[in-house]
Amino acid sequence: MDLEMNLNAPHSMGTTIIGVTYNGGVVLGADSRTSTGMYVANRASDKITQLTDNVYVCRSGSAADSQIVSDYVRYFLHQHTIQLGQSATSKVAANLIRLLSYNNKNMLETGLIVGGWDKYEGGKIYAIPLGGTLIEQPFAIGGSGSSYLYGFFDQAWKEGMTKDEAEQLVVKAVSLAIARDGASGGVVRTVIINSEGVTRNFYPGDKLQLWHEELEPQNSLLDLLNSSSPEPMNI
Amino acid sequence: MNFMASKQPENSLLGPESDSQRTLYPYVTGTSVVALKYKDGILMAADMGGSYGSTLRYKSVERMKPIGKHSLLGASGEISDFQEILRYLDELILYDNMWDDGNSLGPKEVHNYLTRVMYNRRNKFNPLWNSLVLGGVKNGQKYLGTVSMIGVNFEDNHVATGFGNHLARPILRQEWHENLSFENGVRLLEKCMRVLLYRDRSAVNKLQIAKITEDGVTISQPYSLKTYWEFSAFENPAQGAIGSW
Repeated sequence: MDLEMNLNAPHSMGTTIIGVTYNGGVVLGADSRTSTGMYVANRASDKITQLTDNVYVCRSGSAADSQIVSDYVRYFLHQHTIQLGQSATSKVAANLIRLLSYNNKNMLETGLIVGGWDKYEGGKIYAIPLGGTLIEQPFAIGGSGSSYLYGFFDQAWKEGMTKDEAEQLVVKAVSLAIARDGASGGVVRTVIINSEGVTRNFYPGDKLQLWHEELEPQNSLLDLLNSSSPEPMNI
Repeated sequence: MNFMASKQPENSLLGPESDSQRTLYPYVTGTSVVALKYKDGILMAADMGGSYGSTLRYKSVERMKPIGKHSLLGASGEISDFQEILRYLDELILYDNMWDDGNSLGPKEVHNYLTRVMYNRRNKFNPLWNSLVLGGVKNGQKYLGTVSMIGVNFEDNHVATGFGNHLARPILRQEWHENLSFENGVRLLEKCMRVLLYRDRSAVNKLQIAKITEDGVTISQPYSLKTYWEFSAFENPAQGAIGSW
């Protein structure tokens, strides 16, 4: 057993992050696990970070890199908003992320999904993977957990979903990724952004649907033994 | 004490990398671009795939874009670098228009500009990780050229990048001729793209064909090609063989 845990390993966000558009806005979703090597440094992190009142970003990859990039972009957007005299658009936010990611591509290790709502274009999702490519998509997935979701989204995604359909899809997807990706875990957080504003939701692990080979959580074996079901000790 | 895991291997001869801006390796890449001269201008084809290593991650990436009034640029390689090149060209065309002197940059000039950019970046060991195809028509003159990430550039009647060099160019060498009609040009490109779809792992079955003539640029809607699998030899290749093949 590996007792020598590398606590100095870079804090990485093995992560699952998702951004989905629906008719009226966007839904962003993420898990909450931050790991240093094999140790879970934070089991309840918030990977969906605010940039402006109407634009948020999902962070994956290196925790430090994604935090500093978000901080810079938040700072630039704040100044931009003052100068512009109105809210920044999600496209501007995404491009600022792209500039930092592209121009520092050799030093950064972070993949980001920008989602927001503005009065000109409505709800938009922009993916900025490693390297600094900017790509606008109806939905985007990222982080190590996303590998398990390509097939799921190919099948489950539909154009023109309602807000609730979109959020259910995101929660289901993050939950499926958590089930299979060791680097993703904890709770599912979602942020819904539309013309009315921003709503944050929180889905603790025990409130999620059970998948294959997962069992209903119990307080103790003793509860099972004391219940009426026959022969609980038999394998 | 090892605080930050740098990406440099210990036995590297490269200097410190935190202060240099060099593209070490591509992340999101596009595969082949194929183009040919035909009767009225240039035809160019590229699929819409953006691969992330071996994953076919993005399937709606436009890898061909019009440049000014007379040119069409197609790119393979790192998509972020292609997006940056489009920004450089945007500025170039803008300044050209601002002269407002009735002249406009033709495909030959744009190709030359790109060659200089690519070669100079290569000399600084910080290449734009792309292979570019530049086609256009100006004053009745057709032009088709290519530039690679190390600055190798030339013009020809038909060009291709990446796998296209190995799979498409032999077909073009056999079947291309002067004054192809639009229909025959498109059929020839589709023949090349189908072979690439069969044999290039990073090909995606969603492509666009672009046309540039004296009248301007048209980029087709995205579409998919039919593929043929009904060879009798495909049905049961291991029949009669001892073992699996």
